[in-house]
Amino acid sequence: MGLESSVTSPTSAEGSLQAQPLITPSIWSGFWATFKRDMLIAVRHRGEMANPIMFFLMVITMVPLGITPEKGILQILAPGMIWVVALLATLLSLDGLFRSDFEDGALEQLLMSPQPLYFQVLAKVLVHWLTTGLPLTVMAPLLGVMLALPAEGFLPLVCSLLLGTGCLSLIGSIGAALTVALRKGGLLLSLIIMPLYVPVLIFGSSAVSSAIEGFPMGGQLAVLGAFLAFAIMLAPIAAAGALRISVNG
Amino acid sequence: MGWQWFHRLGSPRWFYEKTDAWMPWLAVVSVALLVIGSIWGLGFAPADYKQGNSYRIIYIHVPASFLALAGYYTMAISGAIGLIWKMKLAEAVVKCAAPIGAVFTFIALVTGAVWGKPTWGTWWVWDARITSMLVLLFLYLGVMALQEAFQHQDTANRASAILALVGTVNIPIIYWSVEFWNTLHQPATLKFTSESTIDPSMLYPLLTMIVGFYVFYAWVLLASTRSEVLRRERKTRWVNELAAAKAE
Repeated sequence: MGLESSVTSPTSAEGSLQAQPLITPSIWSGFWATFKRDMLIAVRHRGEMANPIMFFLMVITMVPLGITPEKGILQILAPGMIWVVALLATLLSLDGLFRSDFEDGALEQLLMSPQPLYFQVLAKVLVHWLTTGLPLTVMAPLLGVMLALPAEGFLPLVCSLLLGTGCLSLIGSIGAALTVALRKGGLLLSLIIMPLYVPVLIFGSSAVSSAIEGFPMGGQLAVLGAFLAFAIMLAPIAAAGALRISVNG
Repeated sequence: MGWQWFHRLGSPRWFYEKTDAWMPWLAVVSVALLVIGSIWGLGFAPADYKQGNSYRIIYIHVPASFLALAGYYTMAISGAIGLIWKMKLAEAVVKCAAPIGAVFTFIALVTGAVWGKPTWGTWWVWDARITSMLVLLFLYLGVMALQEAFQHQDTANRASAILALVGTVNIPIIYWSVEFWNTLHQPATLKFTSESTIDPSMLYPLLTMIVGFYVFYAWVLLASTRSEVLRRERKTRWVNELAAAKAE
């Protein structure tokens, strides 16, 4: 908690405040400041960053233990299994997206700042993606090896996760914003967000399985890209509205 | 001038007093239509040449499915009205529409399963339509869970309205992607009997049931909203006067 306050200290000297008119920083510098601050916090809590990845790895280890170590069956399960577990890992990490900021009051400062909340939310979601979605994507080929994913499946797996985890973080930010004021928001967050993940899951895992069956995967990836563009456009608006409700309510 | 009724809806009291006269009419019309439709559909409509008598569940299944979706849009539009115009009544409608819609979705799923047993041979098939209905049920349950989670009614109203709106944007995408998923994984061997080719002797009782379900929905939603309005306005004078008048 103490770390964060030292990071957000104002850049201008305190003495010159009364002499100068209030300067509103540009949207970009506001975005960049939030991005840098969140990134710094994430890097200082490296242990937390590793948790979703460890979850990802452990659940995938459970699959052969629970079903069968037989290669032929694992091969069939691999694309869907990796996608479902990536989805769950993202969901588990989402609860913390706004929570610590809500608890120490940084979120209220963010709401009061003259910056558009859209870009502030986008910066926070971008950091969330860089610290969970991207590591999950990088880890995925290793898990593919463990689940005997056929060689043709690796590239589409990485590509679809790269686009898809971005969607997951963006859509999930709405749920995180809605539940941030609740003490036990974690499970509720999963309940309200999971139905919204259905399209991403369908196209993500079908890109992989159709590539394995020898079909082109471009169509599915294009749809995932469209979802991502759509989510970048709309999800931060909804999350920003939800944040205002959660903080003021 | 035509919009006066809309502004009046801002007053829960006006709504309560206005709808007082409608309730018996809605009740009579919906019960009459449902009874006529059921007797007509179950007793007098001819049996299907392929499915025999088992198709008759269509008279519940199809209207319930219609309302499952229409109920979600009712909820989402009320949520939007509540967010934009801060209309108390619309916020009450969001809360009341969620469980009603969820029940209709559940009825559609259960009747679908019962219908699937004799025609397809299993209770559950991962058919595109069934799956999207299931996701719709989850969306309803999410709104209900969110509505329950907040202590302040005002926060709960606005949060669930936002969730309902986000769900509305997603419903077409979900339907379309589930459609895609199903055609990719299994060829469409299982199909509902195409609705456009339904015989008039079966269609008219079905239409009666659909209209009956809609009126029934309006009745239940209004009744539920009226009691919700009373609950939320319980500290105002008009509610207390109403209660005093009822007690006498």
